[in-house]
Amino acid sequence: MAAPMLRLCCPGRRWALACIDGCSRHRRGAPNGCTSSRKRGQSSVAQQPFITAQKPRKGEHEWAAVVGLEIHAQISSKSKLFSGSQVHFAAPPNSLVSFFDASLPGTLPVLNRRCVEAAVMTGLALNCRINKKSLFDRKHYFYADLPAGYQITQQRLPIAVNGSLVYSFCAGKNRSQVINKTARVKQIQLEQDSGKSLHDDLRSQTLIDLNRAGVGLLEVVLEPDMSCGEEAATAVRELQLILQALGTSQANMADYEIQRQINELENGGEILNETRSFDSKLGCTIPMRDKEGKQDYRFMPEPNLPPLLLYDTESLPAGADPQQVIDIDRIREQLPELPSVTREKLVQQYGMLPEHSFTLLNEVGLLEFFQNVMKETRAEPKKVTSWVLNTLLGFLKQQNLAVSESPVTPSALAELLNLLDRKAISSSAAKQVFEELWRNEGKTPAQIVSEKKLELMQDQEALEQLCHAVMEGHPQVVMDVKKGNPRAINKLIGLVRKATLSRADPTVIKEILEKKLAS
Amino acid sequence: MWARAWRLGLRALVGGRRGFTCKADTKGSGRITAEVIEHLERLALVDFGSQEAVARLEKAIAFADRLRAVDTDGVEPMESVLEDRCLYLRSDHVIEGNCAEELLQNSHRVVEEYFVAPPGNISLPKLDEQEPFSHG
Repeated sequence: MAAPMLRLCCPGRRWALACIDGCSRHRRGAPNGCTSSRKRGQSSVAQQPFITAQKPRKGEHEWAAVVGLEIHAQISSKSKLFSGSQVHFAAPPNSLVSFFDASLPGTLPVLNRRCVEAAVMTGLALNCRINKKSLFDRKHYFYADLPAGYQITQQRLPIAVNGSLVYSFCAGKNRSQVINKTARVKQIQLEQDSGKSLHDDLRSQTLIDLNRAGVGLLEVVLEPDMSCGEEAATAVRELQLILQALGTSQANMADYEIQRQINELENGGEILNETRSFDSKLGCTIPMRDKEGKQDYRFMPEPNLPPLLLYDTESLPAGADPQQVIDIDRIREQLPELPSVTREKLVQQYGMLPEHSFTLLNEVGLLEFFQNVMKETRAEPKKVTSWVLNTLLGFLKQQNLAVSESPVTPSALAELLNLLDRKAISSSAAKQVFEELWRNEGKTPAQIVSEKKLELMQDQEALEQLCHAVMEGHPQVVMDVKKGNPRAINKLIGLVRKATLSRADPTVIKEILEKKLAS
Repeated sequence: MWARAWRLGLRALVGGRRGFTCKADTKGSGRITAEVIEHLERLALVDFGSQEAVARLEKAIAFADRLRAVDTDGVEPMESVLEDRCLYLRSDHVIEGNCAEELLQNSHRVVEEYFVAPPGNISLPKLDEQEPFSHG
């Protein structure tokens, strides 16, 4: 069963070698139906959620959308899966291609150790059983960007099976309800990527670049445990974060594409009763009639590769060449901290709300920013969280900037929060200072405060005199307050604030006024 | 290995008293249908151009079928003759590539360092569009 194909594009960054590329088993099943136009120099990504709708029984009126996913993540390695040519997303066409990648006769596959380690790490992070013996197979189909006519994959016995991906779905009105969900991981397998086709419809030809042919992919197959597009997108996002934390894949995918996926899936899920493919150029779904009949990949064992054997400390053969054996236990010990653990630590250490920990991890560089501010400030974590997630992030989003492009540095924000914490400035003054800092004119918060005379009045006596003066000047309002009008006091506070040119803390003003009114 | 299997096979055909498990032969008559031929031709891009070729295919299948006479219950299948070999693991270093010019020389048509291919797969003509020819 083929599935809607959604094509994504990745922003081209120097280190963004990998993309999440999701393809169904039948990506090439109906070549007449799909165009894969990929921009030169950009790694494009396809995510093909495998949607099946359950058959309605008599009396049932609702279709239940059930979403399974196959996700391909490009492995972060210097060289390809079975050859020593370079993995790099931007290079002149066909310059990163070895004789094996071009499928010249007489060439043989040689397995890259780093790719195996990446697969084991990912399997362990997703709670899979690592198969100590796994096998390679050939999957045959004809397409111009697959020079050998087959792809080496792991169909019979993949490297990892039966795992789970835990993700948290933010539901409820304010998305403040955090529900933990689990999607079962059916398997993780190593396989080759294909080259890139550029379709030139004008001249009725396809241009082939094999730079990507043979790059190592991790295919992660999730069972149909997700019940809507949004859940699927959240699960994928979590997988992305895990892969990035492990370093096994850069896994870059534009955020807007995740949103587009959600829309696509939610629309598709409601009317789905056949398999459709999405043509990104036409911007709509078209039925995919497999003119070739049921696709038969004629799987066969890869005759040039013996089984892949992995070991643990117990089974490690004595005196073995460490370069030639892979110890699963060793890899497990060296696993970096996973996002879920990082989030839990934030909640424990800073008393943060869970949904805030999600936001901090979801933005690239935001967690680091937050931690740097925390290092230099005495302000409470809750205050820092609020400033980072609301103010800073708000400004960044407005101008579509990455955290790394923020004109306000962690030190500057820390200094500002220290002033606020010391009650040297009011919170509204702090906002003003932040806006000034954003303009990036090289001034420190202290400089801005003194230039704009934003310091809070420290002289208690002077403030009391001002309050007195205001009260004298507005007897009617004073009467209203004494009559019990709750809003009148705010008017008084406002008047005093104006008189102080906003340099007094409203709470302090209120205290003084209330004291005077009571006497 | 081969010789032994062959002898076992013969015994099964002749006597059948040894109780070898013989899996049911789905194509009892040994004939291959036209649909299967067409399917194979599409999948493998092989041309079974004559009745002779199809007959040869049928004989080849019959010959291989005699393997079924061997009782393999409880025997682990051999995946590859390399199954006892050690799979060599290569260190992750860049040691090849950078030969675009050489590779492109193999291509009939080239456009600016790209290989040129026809737009998508070209389907084989359907059975009824081919020359009238009975596949049996």
